[in-house]
This record gives sequence, structure tokens and C-alpha cells, in this order.
Amino acid sequence: MTYSGLVSAAYFAVAVVFILGLKAMSSPVTARRGIVWAGFAMIAATVVTFFIPNLQNIGLMVLAIVLGAGVAWWSGKTVKMTDMPQMVAIYNGMGGGAAAAIAAVELVKGVPHGPVTSTLLILGAIIGSVAFSGSCVAYAKLQGLMKKSITLPQQNTINFFLTLLTFGIGLTIGYADSPGGFEIFLFFVLALALGAVLVMPIGGADMPVVISLLNAFTGLAVGFKGFVLDNPALIVAGIIVGAAGLLLTQLMAKAMNRPLKNIIFAPITGDAAEGG
Amino acid sequence: MEGFTALYIFMLAAFTGYEVISRVPVILHTPLMSGSNFIHGVVLIGGMVALGKADPDEPLQLLIGFIAVFLGAANAAGGYVVTERMLGMFKTGDRKQGGAQ
Repeated sequence: MTYSGLVSAAYFAVAVVFILGLKAMSSPVTARRGIVWAGFAMIAATVVTFFIPNLQNIGLMVLAIVLGAGVAWWSGKTVKMTDMPQMVAIYNGMGGGAAAAIAAVELVKGVPHGPVTSTLLILGAIIGSVAFSGSCVAYAKLQGLMKKSITLPQQNTINFFLTLLTFGIGLTIGYADSPGGFEIFLFFVLALALGAVLVMPIGGADMPVVISLLNAFTGLAVGFKGFVLDNPALIVAGIIVGAAGLLLTQLMAKAMNRPLKNIIFAPITGDAAEGG
Repeated sequence: MEGFTALYIFMLAAFTGYEVISRVPVILHTPLMSGSNFIHGVVLIGGMVALGKADPDEPLQLLIGFIAVFLGAANAAGGYVVTERMLGMFKTGDRKQGGAQ
């Protein structure tokens, strides 16, 4: 454990409060309380992180937090109630982007990891990037910036080879001692393209389910980053959201009477719902 | 982290996530999605660690680390505000249109 005991203890408490908060949020009576608890836990986690020994670039860190939180807070407060779903999409995408950026920092640093950590690093990078670009496309569709569902010719083949290529390059740079800058760049471009290509053919009416799925993806990516950074709070929060998000996605698809596979693989099975 | 300890944490967290929301009513689907979106905003602290351990003489590391913290903070703050506003509607009821506009 690289952190001092106090920080670790605080992270533990934060993880417990997150679980209790999520539990409270799944009942209408206690839901409001749940988000407030989780909010306090998040503030505590952020403050405590400054006490990790030997952290540098504190000024830059504070600036990034103030800017990021400020912009998001303002946009979240001012957006119309009917535009909420796309805001959830874009904030979720930002979380995925953050997970991908953490992976990018680790790759650029070129510190060699063990095989398991390297694999999780790359997996987290891919899933995070897919969640980022996928959520951006979902946002664009719900906001009316992208009116039509775009299905590429040979969508199946493109999806398949793009996935294969992304994983291939990813594992190559993951296991390299000090991967080259161009390879890292290419890897992230491919992973981002994959997310966009996967979401583009899906109609606007199915977007809430897709956002929920991407939300689960971001959770998984965050959990994997927790393994890489050796941070149990990240692992617990990320994986819980990953599992809860997958279940929630299934429940939402069921409530809409649309089997999940028809939504995600609509271009493949030809069962796409028109409209949106 | 030790391989199997990590695997156990992974397994238990996955079951917890599944159980915690297994009996959620349909009306709470979207707020709960937003709420769990807020909770993975904890990626912010991962970004802080990544930026904090970045080499101050390497602009590229600093830039990507800055982006990670920025995006993480936006995820957390935005997720909170949106969830809080959605759940606020449950309390005040539909008539009052709490805070919209």
C-alpha cells in the first residue's frame, strides 16, 4: 500500500458511503438522501487525496478541478429538465475520457507493469475511450445535432476488424517496455473511432438504454484503473457501478419491451427500430 | 495489488452492485443511471494521483494528467447536479417544476 494509513481509512469509509448511497437511491423515499450522502463522500475523497505524500503539480490539479467542476456545475444547473438525458450522457463520457486519459499518462510515462496490470490498463483504456466517444455521439443524437442513424456499408466487418486492430495495437503497446508516441496516439484514435462507429447506427429512441450501457462501461474502466493505480476505492466504486449499470441496462431494455441484443446489434440483426 | 485479493474485491463488488439495485422501481431507472454516473466520478481521484505523480518537466504528461483531472471533476460535479435535480422532482411533485427554466 503506497498511501498513508489515514488516506486508506478515509477511502474505505468513502466506499462504504457510496454503497449505502446507491442503495438509498434505489427507493423513491430515500433517493434524495442517497445522492447527498454520496456527494459528501465524493468531497471527502477529493480532499483526502491531497494528503497523499509526494504528490506534485498541486497548483495544476486545483486549477483542473475548479475549471472542470465549475463548467459542469453551471451547465448542469442551467440545462432544461427535458434535456437531462443527454447531460447524463456527456458527463458519463467525461468519466470515460478521464479513465482513458489516466491510461494515457501511464503509457506515456512508460513505466513497465506486470502482465495482468498491463492487460487491465489497456482494457480500461479501450473501454474508457469507447464510453467517451460513444457518449459524445449519444449526446449529439439527443441534442438533435445528429439527426440520422448512420450505418456504414459493411458495418459488421468494420466493427469486427476495428475491434481486432484496436486490441492488437493496445496489447502490443501494453507489453512494450517504452511504447512509441505514435503507436500510443494511433491506439487512442482507433479506440475512439470504435466507440463512435458502435453507437452511430443506433436510433435516438434507444439512446437511454445505450447511455446506461456506456455508463456501465465507464464504471468498468474506472474499476480497471483502480487496479492499475493500486487504489481500492476506485476498484470498488467502479466495479459496483459496472455491475449495477449492466443490470440497470437490462431492466431498462425490459421496461421498453426491447430485448437488449436488438438494440445493440440492431445493424447486425436488422431489427432496428425506425425513428429518432 | 496481489492478483487473487484483487479478484476477490472484483467479485464481491460486482455482486454488491447487482444486489443493491436489484429491486428498483421503473420510475427510478433514469435517476439511478444518473446517480451511478455520479459515483464513477470518483475517477477524479485516480486522475489526481496520475497528475500528481507525473513528471513536472514533461509537458505531455502534465497536459494529459490535466485533462484527466478536468474530465473527472466534470463527471463528478455534473453527475451530482443532474441527479440532485432529477430526484428533487420527486419531493416537490410534478406541479411545481422545481428549478427548471
